Amino acid sequence: MRKIRVATVVLLGCLVALALLPLVAEKYYIQLFTKMMLMAIFAMSLDLLVGYTGLVSLGHAAFFGLAGYALAFAAPQYQAANLWLSLPLAMAGSAALALVIGALVLRTSGIYFIMVTLAFAQMVFFLFHDTKIAGGADGIYVYAKPVAAIAGWEPFSLENHTHFYFVVLLLLALVYALLRVLLASPFGRVIVGIRVNEQRMRSLGYRTFRYKLACFVLSGALAGMAGYFAAAQFGFVSPDTLGWHQSGGVLMMVILGGMGTLNGAILGAFTMMLLELGFQGLPAVGEVDIGKHWQLLMGGFIVCAVLLLPHGLLGLGRLVSPRPETGSD
Amino acid sequence: MTEAVLRTERLTKHFGGLAAVSDVSLGFFIDQIHAVIGPNGAGKTTLTNLVSGELASTSGHIYLDGEDITGLSADRISQRGVGRSYQKTNIFLPFTAFENCRLAAQSRLPSSMRFIRPALRYDNVSREALRALVEVGLEHRAQAPAATLSHGEQRQLEIAMTLATRPRILLLDEPLAGMGGEESARMVELLQKLKQAHAMLLVEHDMDAVFALADRLTVMVNGNVLESGTPEQIRASAAVQEAYLGTEDAHA
Amino acid sequence: MDANTFLIQVLNGIQYGLLLFLVASGLTLILGIMGIINLAHGSFYMVGAYLAFSLSQHFGSLWLAIAGGAVLAVAIGLLLEWLLISRLYHRDHLYQVLLTYGLILVFEELRSVVFGDDVHGVAVPALLQASIPLTDTLSYPVYRLWMSAVCVALAIGMYLLIQKTRLGMIIRAGSTNREMVQSLGINIDLLYRLVFALGVALAAFAGMIAAPVASVFPGMGNQVLIVCFVVVVIGGIGSVKGAMLAAILIGLVDTFCKVLTLEIGGVAVLPEISGMMIYVLMAVVLLARPEGLFGKRG
Repeated sequence: MRKIRVATVVLLGCLVALALLPLVAEKYYIQLFTKMMLMAIFAMSLDLLVGYTGLVSLGHAAFFGLAGYALAFAAPQYQAANLWLSLPLAMAGSAALALVIGALVLRTSGIYFIMVTLAFAQMVFFLFHDTKIAGGADGIYVYAKPVAAIAGWEPFSLENHTHFYFVVLLLLALVYALLRVLLASPFGRVIVGIRVNEQRMRSLGYRTFRYKLACFVLSGALAGMAGYFAAAQFGFVSPDTLGWHQSGGVLMMVILGGMGTLNGAILGAFTMMLLELGFQGLPAVGEVDIGKHWQLLMGGFIVCAVLLLPHGLLGLGRLVSPRPETGSD
Repeated sequence: MTEAVLRTERLTKHFGGLAAVSDVSLGFFIDQIHAVIGPNGAGKTTLTNLVSGELASTSGHIYLDGEDITGLSADRISQRGVGRSYQKTNIFLPFTAFENCRLAAQSRLPSSMRFIRPALRYDNVSREALRALVEVGLEHRAQAPAATLSHGEQRQLEIAMTLATRPRILLLDEPLAGMGGEESARMVELLQKLKQAHAMLLVEHDMDAVFALADRLTVMVNGNVLESGTPEQIRASAAVQEAYLGTEDAHA
Repeated sequence: MDANTFLIQVLNGIQYGLLLFLVASGLTLILGIMGIINLAHGSFYMVGAYLAFSLSQHFGSLWLAIAGGAVLAVAIGLLLEWLLISRLYHRDHLYQVLLTYGLILVFEELRSVVFGDDVHGVAVPALLQASIPLTDTLSYPVYRLWMSAVCVALAIGMYLLIQKTRLGMIIRAGSTNREMVQSLGINIDLLYRLVFALGVALAAFAGMIAAPVASVFPGMGNQVLIVCFVVVVIGGIGSVKGAMLAAILIGLVDTFCKVLTLEIGGVAVLPEISGMMIYVLMAVVLLARPEGLFGKRG
């Protein structure tokens, strides 16, 4: 008999609320929440790496952006890509990149690892920025949203923002469930063990490199999923989509929300995006357009959050009901 | 005479100009507690690290059941049946005692690249974990987070984790470290019990325990084997007394 | 390319490399001694450059600007360490990354507010405006030679400071055992504050002297930071010798790749992907020696 935890109730409540949103909200908010849910998927993929495996990657946007570019390639000019073909392809592309980069960066650890992930992501950035592969610094447009047709039948249309919303909501729920299952599996236990004490895992007979690499690849593939839909929604990809501001941003979401919980990643994503909007909307003070310089406030917020919230936003909740990680359900 | 479970042959490790372990040839057999003793810096822990694969040797060989395992990584050596416990408690503190052992036992699955079925539903793995806990006498603390265990219990857990991997040989690095009288006695009892089914390399400073337990003693000084033999031989050896034990009444 | 152009590129490469080393040494100093990874290190480089720009306009002289800028940079470093960095010592690297990332955003926007987003140039001081003739047709700017000389002088100065002075000995001791040094009665907090300020000053100073050559633009801090990371990774953490070698290597590779033309199978490779080359170099090093050229194994 499973105990009903507060967190589970809250989660289900949020799911229901999200499902009901399109009934009451206008297009702007539906699209906003779609974007936030996509960032939540992106953040969860990074939480798998950072929070659960203990690998701090500052280059995760490379996999996010690459999938966006893959979509753009699959939908040149005004053609629409087929969702069922281009999505797996885009995710496979991100996974392949993660395999190559992972094989290299996982030879390092600690601070080194942070630096090389950043550097490799920068390399991918330069690939798209300096060459003519895909529009260079100007980026490319995705004019038509992917079509979800199977042999003529279209179950939904991504051109419809409400359909888009529900597709993403479904994906969010699926990814969450998938990750929960994964974390309870033998693989998941190994991953967490590696974060707690990798050396001991090795002396117990685990070939930790393989597990870290598998995690890195999976994480990259999921980031690719988010990036694919983000590009579809926004209709545009540029080198900045895989730049380090994007990487830093999603890392912030994970840490600020509370890493190693998955729920924290989602919370962090929503919070950061709402904050960004809030800051951007601030009126000017004197001559200074605060809204334009919202990153100043964001940076200040981050600095304060690090100093005042040692366990992220969820850490506040932990003060109420402490939950040690016992390793058993 | 049975074949040695593990045998080192002229094992040597240099750190720059320093020979931490020099030309060490030892054998370890089932049903025999082979203690390695010596002053600090004698090379005992380095030797243990060499055998477990956590340190690469400079020269020499290590044979496990006749097979040359020199140069293999720690994880590969563990899979071949070498279990190791640490001098400085090296457990998974945030996990329960049970999860610590379960994770150890899980390592014996052909592969942990299993993503769907919950880990706790692998009954044979859970059984092994519980068996290991029972063997060391910790089953009543199975659900306690390892960080809340007493020092002695944590040392027991160290051993339990190793046992959960069903090793042929146990490399025990100061299992009695930091233990009080009663805890030590229980540990000695446990080690006696374990000897029947395993070969054991025991590194210890507690001389009472060593002489109570050891079937064979090797004394190391400055990386070299000074002398190796039965406890009586070692006790009687003048060289050993001079180098390490001091007078005959010396206690640890 | 002919011998003269080759020589010029070599000189350019070495000069760039030495400048990188200057910035990277500040980073490694803070990292190695205080165990702090400071993502905002590049921002200090940028701050230095912008200070050089505005102060040289204010004073009419780059020399005064550098002097004033150096003082300001040290002050900023001391303040930052006292206010923020000192609270990070016992925290995970993760939080250091996050906090210093927040600082990057703050610095970038402050720069945008105070100086705007334009690209600026800074004039080479009159004293160093000459060019040394190398051949009948080519000459090399004295300023660039001066830059290289200053970098080398600072490198030697730091080496002497760290290895040969009592202060340096205390710094080295403090990096391995903070509590021990404290129990010896040395004010470790002040020590760390000074080390941090020194690191900041190095980055800012590098930005200041680079300004006439590299111009002053918004993304310059982040750009140099990432290249510094590559320097540290290739050279090996904790190795100043490695950092020097790696920096020069990167300086040369980057410079040459930007001027060479290379086509493979009809596809233009250089200088198109010259921006990627140093990362390819890093990948090769990671494959062959993950701990860096002079890093410690394990």
